[in-house]
Amino acid sequence: MSVRDTARNQRDASWVPRKRRGAELVLTMMAVVIGVAAYAAVGLGTEGTIPADTFKLGGFLAVVAVATTLLVRRVAPYADPVLLPLVIALNGLGLAMIYRLDVGRQALDPDRAAFANGQLVWTTLGVVAFAVTLTLLRDHRRLQAFTYSFGLAAIVLLVLPLLPVVGREINGARIWINLGPFSFQPGEAAKVCLAIFFAGYLVVKRDALALAGRRFLGIDLPRGRDLGPILVAWLISIGVLVLQKDLGSSVLFFGLFVVMLYIATERPGWLVVGALLVTAGVTLGYWQFGHVRTRFDAWLDPFTGDAGYQVKTGLFGLAHGGILGTGWGQGSPQTTPYSFSDYIIASLGEELGLTGLMAILLIYGLIVERGLRIALTCRDGFGKLLAAGLAVSFALQVFVVVGGVTRLIPLTGLTTPFLAQGGSSIVLNWLIIALLLRISDQTRRPAPSPASLASSDTQVVRLP
Amino acid sequence: MSELTLTLIKLGFLAVLWLFVLSAVSVVRSDIFGTKATAGPRTAARPAAAKPEKTRRPKRAGRGRPSHLHVVEGPNAGQSVPLGDGPVLLGRGTDAAIRLDDDYVSTRHARFATNGEQWFVEDLGSTNGTYLGSQRITSPVPIEPGVQVRLGKTIVELRK
Repeated sequence: MSVRDTARNQRDASWVPRKRRGAELVLTMMAVVIGVAAYAAVGLGTEGTIPADTFKLGGFLAVVAVATTLLVRRVAPYADPVLLPLVIALNGLGLAMIYRLDVGRQALDPDRAAFANGQLVWTTLGVVAFAVTLTLLRDHRRLQAFTYSFGLAAIVLLVLPLLPVVGREINGARIWINLGPFSFQPGEAAKVCLAIFFAGYLVVKRDALALAGRRFLGIDLPRGRDLGPILVAWLISIGVLVLQKDLGSSVLFFGLFVVMLYIATERPGWLVVGALLVTAGVTLGYWQFGHVRTRFDAWLDPFTGDAGYQVKTGLFGLAHGGILGTGWGQGSPQTTPYSFSDYIIASLGEELGLTGLMAILLIYGLIVERGLRIALTCRDGFGKLLAAGLAVSFALQVFVVVGGVTRLIPLTGLTTPFLAQGGSSIVLNWLIIALLLRISDQTRRPAPSPASLASSDTQVVRLP
Repeated sequence: MSELTLTLIKLGFLAVLWLFVLSAVSVVRSDIFGTKATAGPRTAARPAAAKPEKTRRPKRAGRGRPSHLHVVEGPNAGQSVPLGDGPVLLGRGTDAAIRLDDDYVSTRHARFATNGEQWFVEDLGSTNGTYLGSQRITSPVPIEPGVQVRLGKTIVELRK
């Protein structure tokens, strides 16, 4: 037996990862059923009949489900089988709830805008972004070559809304840019770019960050030149966010930064430093900025004054829902301002109750768990950090939104991934899922044969 | 629509939602425990090889662990560095544990790290690679004391 055969036999003998594409298909079909059932139940609850375009929506969801599963089967056969169904279920629930709120809000005032169709268009764009990413990006490690380009792109994306012509200010936050008839929130894209930048940078510098440097107060401080670029990127992003008055994203970006630093260097000291900096930042924000103080007052005491109106109605909605909820179309979530975007969790909590909300939070938990699992099993450092960063940013975002709505922390404006109305959020979240699936495909795929190297006498030189 | 039908729809929907979540959990569960090993020469040989190792392990924890990393061949031959719990970096750079004076070694070439029981060697994206025998390593590989690892023209090994 030659060397090559021995190598192959040894490889085959190690455990073979299961693709589980069949399980994915079954789960995806269940997710479609959930979306369609929710839509039909909305019609039955509000008007007593199944809405006319249920079949249209059902067809749409079925096409999305079949197209995405087939694509994954083809271009990422070893990818995680659970992520895609979870995402389709969330997206279907979001579409049904946005439609339900359109009906409710237009019953209050016929002039109000309907969002369901726009959301359908954005979902299509999101799925297209998902397909393009998964098809074109065959190896996530190629992103590492563009580390600094992504860092620069993140900064450009964050600065764009501040520019005079393209920027647009809505509700006191200058975080949108005009794209023809649509407006786009580039902060969502900046989040993904920053995660790639941090991953690419930290994977190269983590040893220098963790091992070289002085020890101060029990915390290992890295050298200035190692930390420099990352601190600059972070300061610029935070500075821009302060100028744009976008609290939620500041918290999200800072959390992402600290956690990725912690994962890369394995030094818990960073979490301590991060917590201290957050406390300092929040205290400073409270004393310096009026809008931060308003948010805090609405959080601590929503029942006096007008500032806490949204928080208050959201809480009443959740209380109205109780354990089992009012049922689709039976509650009155439309009375809460922004019940279709920032407050969609409260809307779902009112109509599906604690039982339904727990299921939704479990779906989020599973998505994050899969992301961290991909990070754990990933073989290369860049993929590990990227998967962990994306999963952590997802978790932080859900925590900040749900925590804000349920009055655990002060309310800050962040979108609820896949549920809330909002184009940029849904497109970028589909893209994040594509990245995670790509990394997990690489991770779970059996290792390629090293035989070609073993049999060649020439030394292979790879230029950096 | 009667009150009863609506209640049934409501409960039915919640049941479907939870059914979905629980099925997803069960797929995740079997995904964790369900990886199968196919029968092959290695698995067949493993039980025999594994048994003596297990009985040896308690003794080994104190005595058998490698205590230092030794340069066997190359410009820095004879040098060694004591091993603790932390990772050891090898390369030409100033932050390396042993500054290898070898033109075929990258600034930050390879890293030796331990999980408490086993030592691993990992290539850090070096130009000329890190080799175990004739095999270039692409991911962290567990190594035993006495196994020679080649970086450029330098050969290192773990010693007890």
